[in-house]
Amino acid sequence: MSELVMAADGRPLKASLNRALRRQKLRALALIAPLLIFILVSFVMPIADMLFRSVENEIVGDTLPRTTQALKTWDPSADQAPGEEVFDALYTDMALAVEYKSHTRLGSRLNYEKTGIASMFRKSGRRVSKFKTDVYKDTFVAADAAYSDAGQWERWMSDAEIRANLPVTTDAYDGWAKMLVEAEGDVPGEEQPWNFVYAALYQDAVAGAELPIAVDVSAIEPVSISAQFAAVDDSWLDPDVWRTIKTYAPKYTNGYFLNSVDLMKGAEGIEQRPDNEKIYVVLFVRTMIMSLSIMGMCVLLGYPIAWLLANLKDRTANLLMILVLLPFWTSLLVRTSAWKVLLQQQGVINDLLVWIGLVADDNRLQLINNQTGTIIAMTHILLPFMILPLYSVMKTIPPSYLRAAKSLGATNWTAFWRVYFPQSVPGIGAGCILVFILAIGYYITPELVGGTKGVFISNRIAYHISSSLNWGLAAALGTILLVIVMALYWAYDKIVGIDNVKLGG
Amino acid sequence: MKTTMKLMATSCLTLTASMAFADGHMANEMTIVSWGGAYSASQQAAYHDPYMAKTGVNIINDESSAEAVAKLRAMNEAGNVTWDVVDVVAADAIRLCDEGLAMEIDADTQLADGDDGSKASADFGDLLVSDCFIPQIVYSTTVGYRTDLVGDTPPTDICALFDTETYPGKRSLEKRPVVNLEWALLCDGVPKDEIYDMLATDEGQAKAFAKLDTIKDDTIWWSAGADTPQLLADGEVVMGSTYNGRLFSLIEEKKQPVAMLWDAQMFDLDGWIIPTGLTPERQARALDYIMFATDTQRLADQAKYIAYGPARLSSAPLVGKHATLGIEMAPHMPTDPNNAKNTFLYNYEWWADYRDDMDAKFQAWLSQ
Repeated sequence: MSELVMAADGRPLKASLNRALRRQKLRALALIAPLLIFILVSFVMPIADMLFRSVENEIVGDTLPRTTQALKTWDPSADQAPGEEVFDALYTDMALAVEYKSHTRLGSRLNYEKTGIASMFRKSGRRVSKFKTDVYKDTFVAADAAYSDAGQWERWMSDAEIRANLPVTTDAYDGWAKMLVEAEGDVPGEEQPWNFVYAALYQDAVAGAELPIAVDVSAIEPVSISAQFAAVDDSWLDPDVWRTIKTYAPKYTNGYFLNSVDLMKGAEGIEQRPDNEKIYVVLFVRTMIMSLSIMGMCVLLGYPIAWLLANLKDRTANLLMILVLLPFWTSLLVRTSAWKVLLQQQGVINDLLVWIGLVADDNRLQLINNQTGTIIAMTHILLPFMILPLYSVMKTIPPSYLRAAKSLGATNWTAFWRVYFPQSVPGIGAGCILVFILAIGYYITPELVGGTKGVFISNRIAYHISSSLNWGLAAALGTILLVIVMALYWAYDKIVGIDNVKLGG
Repeated sequence: MKTTMKLMATSCLTLTASMAFADGHMANEMTIVSWGGAYSASQQAAYHDPYMAKTGVNIINDESSAEAVAKLRAMNEAGNVTWDVVDVVAADAIRLCDEGLAMEIDADTQLADGDDGSKASADFGDLLVSDCFIPQIVYSTTVGYRTDLVGDTPPTDICALFDTETYPGKRSLEKRPVVNLEWALLCDGVPKDEIYDMLATDEGQAKAFAKLDTIKDDTIWWSAGADTPQLLADGEVVMGSTYNGRLFSLIEEKKQPVAMLWDAQMFDLDGWIIPTGLTPERQARALDYIMFATDTQRLADQAKYIAYGPARLSSAPLVGKHATLGIEMAPHMPTDPNNAKNTFLYNYEWWADYRDDMDAKFQAWLSQ
């Protein structure tokens, strides 16, 4: 039996030690807290928020809540548009969305999935307040003037029994009242309800609900809402449009991810995109292959330079180091434009080759606006990221090892390959990781010198972020890229070992 | 001692002042976003300087128009819009309006009447392509060619782009579907008024791409406005598309052996939007600026500095000479009757719908 060891103040030593340690840990945590919070707020959270957009899809359900509800019973494999009840719901949703100015935003969202929806929503939004549905309002008001009284409406709509009797009306009135307060800054008790509320009341009445004041609605010739939507744009009768709305009604979607691997949601589940719209898989593969080539070029060019730097006298080495760093101090755009001047067909390199006589004047080399151009320009831009880690690792390899190997009878090559090279591998690893990860994210240089076949997936991400505003697709493409990088990093760790990477001494 | 007090007082004042700045906007300051370069310089001379002299408002320039759409959305989501007036092309204005990021403008009440007494809505006419868009200039995408590389028969119409036998050599075209598809169909014999209907069909798109296929290997695709002028100046291409103002500066200012075609020039518009989410005070100031900067005289003034046509009908007679070159600017306006014999008006509604779809197809076609 071990006896409890006591500290000087009479408490158990273990607890006392723990306390002291905990305090130390807390102090350490408090010291790094500013940085930790800064990184969380300014780096981790925005990235998480951006990645979340790749599945988020609340806009459809939020903008058209009644329509998506009504669509639940519609069979998407039908070859005709849904019935009048869906259009009635759309009428209410659209009239409200126009006041919130959210209908065009939804139109743009759905236009990513089916071309033409943007203008359908824009046009319908302009016309929906002028739909000819006065007959409902006129009939109710003619039957009893109370139906035109804003205050009376408010009293009805706060009566639980009437609300239960008139579900459709209640829903439309509540949406209207909320919109009035939020978008217009008016008070519902002072405004006569708009036409779509009377249209909703008519639907309740036809369904046999008990009205607050009985009105004979049998004489009303019902107005076809679908016909009025179709008059604005006949695509409203296209079942494809409704299929799109129904497909993208849920709060979350895998549509962006499918799109980013050239698939799409068709009528019968997931299908391939048509050949003339497939781009992303090709671009992902191309980005990987070209980044690996750039990385390889950097190793080939960077290794001898780093070796030279590490083995020259300090004075000369410093001078050369400045030359290596010089590109770092020049703007990226300037460097890229300089490559254009050098590489184009009427450029310096071609002129030189023609002058020497290596190349015929009418057969100048195509060195830019293709993959060659991208690889040359990016290798140049990323070379310092390879040279610097290589140099700092080589600096720590004692030259005496090579001399020892040679004195034991090794040839120059054996000495290098068996003794020197293995010790420089951590530098190669670090340089490769740096160059590769930087390369797959580059988009300015490929855009400027890549022509048609030398652009990367990041060019498309940039396009969707800044031009098409399809941030969901951009987020999905970005997520895939991130996952690929992490998978490669994991593979590297398994094969080479991440402990084997050194950025310096 | 006195010095110390003074120093302290000064630093206190500086601190307060910088905090007021940090708050976003001093009472008398506004941030105007535009494209930079010669274009911003023309706006500075024609709009900003007179406005600052007139009102005392200090205008800060931001050259972010190329990323305006994305940045405005990000600012709007963050609830902190730091821009007061933004210069964008009409297609972007439509997108911003759709996204609820630009405020709607009532032309007749919020814009100045024309000098000739016409209402703003009539003076701008069809150019008010979106409820949020206040047109400023008409520019066009057109073709320039090297006079020394086209032989004895300089091109006269747009289809020279597709005629690689008469005009061998590289061409440069913009790396996006807009304009290229229209020209391709036009040169494939489709009548001008049927082009957009045609492009809406799969066959029409296939036809347009097939026509572009014939010059795909001879084309350098540009993405920056400065590309074609540089390629023409270096003799890298024999002809290429770019904005008419760029060609004006290449021909008249830099005196390069280049000439331009006005045939089938594609009209496009550039103008202002006011972001949503401004405080009432800032919004009022932005509207006041817009009222001033888009009146008849101001729009005509801008043409002194850059070869883009004023968007108001009433400004056209007031266009004078270039401020430094001293040449008459009217004949260099895309809207000049001699130049506008055969023009093409970009169909905004159509492109707003088809832009994403066509862009995907165009990119797929490029990478094949």
